[in-house]
Amino acid sequence: MKKVGEGNEYDVIIIGGGATGAGTARDCAMRGLRVLLLERFDYTNGATGRNHGLLHSGARYAVNDSESATECIKENMILRKIASHCVEENDGLFISLPEDDIAYQAKFIDSCRKAGISAEAIDPKEAIRIEPSVNPSLIGAVKVPDGSIDPFRLTLANVLDARQHGAVTKVYHEVVKFIREQDRIVGVCALNHKTKEVETYYAQFVVNAGGIWGHHIAEMAGVTVNMYPAKGALLIFGHRVNNVVLNRCRKAADADILVPGDTITVIGTTSSHIPYDEIDNMRVTPEEVDLLLREGEKLAPSLATTRILRAYAGVRPLVAADDDPTGRNISRGIVLLDHAERDGLNSFLTITGGKLITYRLMAEWTTNLICKKMGLNEPCRTAEVPLPGSRQESEEVKERIASNNVYRAAEGRHGDLTKEIPLDNEYDNSLVCECEGVSVGEVNYALKELEISDLVSLRRRTRVGMGTCQGELCACRAAGLLSQAHNCTEKAKADLVNFLNERWKGMYPIAWGESLRESQFSAWVYGSVCNLSSGKTK
Amino acid sequence: MNLQQYNISENNFEQCIKCTVCTVYCPVIPINSNFPGPKHAGPDGERFRLKDPDFYDKSLKYCLNCKRCEVACPSGVKIGDIIQSARIKYNTASPKLRDILLANTDFVGTLSTPFAPVVNMALGLKPVKLVMDSVLKIDHHRTFPRYSSQTFESWYRKNAEEEQKKFPRHISYFHGCYVNYNYPQLGKDLIKIMNAAGYGVHLLNKEKCCGVPLISNGLIKQATSQGQHNIDVIREAVVDKNMTVVGTSSSCMFTLREEYPHLLHIDNSDVHDRVELATRFLFRLIDNGDLKLVFRKDYKKRIAYHTPCHMERLGWAIYSTSLLRMIPGLEFIMLDSQCCGIAGTYGFKKENYATSQGIGASLFKQIADVNPDFVATDCETCKWQIEMSTPYKVMNPISILAEALDVEAIQKINRL
Repeated sequence: MKKVGEGNEYDVIIIGGGATGAGTARDCAMRGLRVLLLERFDYTNGATGRNHGLLHSGARYAVNDSESATECIKENMILRKIASHCVEENDGLFISLPEDDIAYQAKFIDSCRKAGISAEAIDPKEAIRIEPSVNPSLIGAVKVPDGSIDPFRLTLANVLDARQHGAVTKVYHEVVKFIREQDRIVGVCALNHKTKEVETYYAQFVVNAGGIWGHHIAEMAGVTVNMYPAKGALLIFGHRVNNVVLNRCRKAADADILVPGDTITVIGTTSSHIPYDEIDNMRVTPEEVDLLLREGEKLAPSLATTRILRAYAGVRPLVAADDDPTGRNISRGIVLLDHAERDGLNSFLTITGGKLITYRLMAEWTTNLICKKMGLNEPCRTAEVPLPGSRQESEEVKERIASNNVYRAAEGRHGDLTKEIPLDNEYDNSLVCECEGVSVGEVNYALKELEISDLVSLRRRTRVGMGTCQGELCACRAAGLLSQAHNCTEKAKADLVNFLNERWKGMYPIAWGESLRESQFSAWVYGSVCNLSSGKTK
Repeated sequence: MNLQQYNISENNFEQCIKCTVCTVYCPVIPINSNFPGPKHAGPDGERFRLKDPDFYDKSLKYCLNCKRCEVACPSGVKIGDIIQSARIKYNTASPKLRDILLANTDFVGTLSTPFAPVVNMALGLKPVKLVMDSVLKIDHHRTFPRYSSQTFESWYRKNAEEEQKKFPRHISYFHGCYVNYNYPQLGKDLIKIMNAAGYGVHLLNKEKCCGVPLISNGLIKQATSQGQHNIDVIREAVVDKNMTVVGTSSSCMFTLREEYPHLLHIDNSDVHDRVELATRFLFRLIDNGDLKLVFRKDYKKRIAYHTPCHMERLGWAIYSTSLLRMIPGLEFIMLDSQCCGIAGTYGFKKENYATSQGIGASLFKQIADVNPDFVATDCETCKWQIEMSTPYKVMNPISILAEALDVEAIQKINRL
């Protein structure tokens, strides 16, 4: 075991590789702190990677939670600037259907304006013109500055920038123990899942940014943070149905947001309280699928006949405040706990609650508190400095986009960093993933620069396997490149089986029609042609 | 709950399960690596174009619109239609002068007819070909079809129209530009056969070019207005006069039946089933026992049949070939079904010449190996391509039938 002074000392250890943890790592590193980020599995494994990908305008919270709404619209505008390559400025519509109370619209618009959100009532005909997929029976529509955001890209861009500012980041490192000296946390023991060894790290401060798992992390540290696990299920449709975010103009309810993102559209969410011990084993139930479809069809009727790619569920990291059984009335506000003040445990902070879109503000609050405790007077610059990928694009990148769709697709994912991707010859340009246009060059770039350990992490960095084939054509090609990079065929084969099973898990709840046909075809390809023995129906 | 009973998507693009069979059957892929292939240009590309129209890829122009991908697709995806629709929807470049000239077959035909001998001679001259090559980018290897000095329509009005009335049954004939301006003999052959079978042949009330060259050259507005006119006059024949409309060009027939509703959004549902190729019409008469054919005993030929792409898509090669096989003295050889490479005006363009000839190469070789007396096919542009690229003459099955028929015996046996 390493001792203090052997290169394992930091100013801050951040636990959790979601948007909040990555954002905090970036902010701390930009203010000159020595940072270590530890993630149990892969980045964006929790709620960060399992939501709508909605760039909230805040309108949804305006009526009930004006504070959250105000935070949202401010962060919304900031993210458009600093994370432009992760954001699609689609705008959003809040529509009223005949079954909705149209009187709510006036209250809604008023609340939005009070929170600083531009909200403009438009004619239903105009709504149909700007979003032809919308339910044509709508009786009212309000236009708000909603958008889409890619949480995988956003988190990774924060990680990359943190590293550029000297932070050390480690995936597959699970904190298993806190090192405590009297009333102070001085370090952590982390199990390296790859080597199975326990490593020890020391720091002046430890930040718990574990999302829903923060409950357990706090417990390990000896304090109580009661999380309220609220499961939300979502469905992904095979292509873009809408180009404008569609919401229902009513009190927040199930399945009333339809978000276009990259090549797909997502409907969600449901909301149901689940026991804490189920958070690692999310399954989407038939009832949830029914509900999502039934309600989704009211937003855009074509959802009733559009192919569904996958179903997935996440757990909102809400902090239990009262005994509301739905979880909808719990504040979505940011919760920053200074355990020194709250529990008498020094050097330990928990940052939780909030939303994907307020991750930066959460990071700012956390870093401000650490700096204050350290007596540092460094200002936060994360709202002004663009993330890697969202910086000035060179003329060369622009030129190549115009002539090459492989390059254009890559640019959509990596922004200005696309210039790092080798796409010079036919081999680099050839496609690994045909549905999403991911080239050999892009995969090799990701393998080199983006902390890829397996096909799942490659999918999150590049969209390999996210298209309609769900791994049918791309997974074996990507596995080939991984086996080359890691110089191990056996490992790559096992990874391939895991990956296909993971894809099947998302298809299982919606396995009918073309998706079922395609997964059956995939099973034949891998089972019979590639002779993979533990097939995907495992 | 009635949700999700069906997955419905435009041109069935979501029905694609990425099996990639279409790409295997694409004739362009092995020859021109700039074309991303039907799967990628079609259903894959569609997802990107729905996200951002800037993903429209100019290389889609390399698609021949042969529809062999659609024939190969086990999932019913209208891949060719997806690609052509994308070209219509997203291509913002206006057509070049050359493309406009090549596309307007009937306009150019009308201009050329009065000067046919001069035009034919000029188009055959080397200097003219070289000028067309360098200025218009029409490849100098190409041989233009000869223009006839009298159009089929004017021949018909003078020599055939009157006597058609005496027949007990009647059909309408969509002759197309080729018969009208280049090869009226094919129309005359059709009249000979139909008359022998007891049918009077009538022309539509001023047909216009079916529009296939307009569609492939991006002149969609013009194609749509001509298409609408054609369906209007076809409707007069079919609905008002109860006459089936037959044709002798597989591409014209394919366009009238399938491209009108799919690409130009012209509703032809009420007349669709009454527009067909003459060989299909004849075969079905015979098959139903309504007609018997008798052939000359001295007719002895060895012929090889080439299946045009649109014939393959229609699934109609069986009608033409079955009719030919009825001729006792005919030795019939079925060539492998493959694209000849010309794809209408595609092969005339300088930038496509090499691709065009590359695609057809294996067909030309097979024809040479088979060494027939001549080749039979239902498409005029396939005919030009094969005649230019091989030493063999190419005939429409209707002309072969006309030559082999014993007209008197037919009239006798059918009691006409």
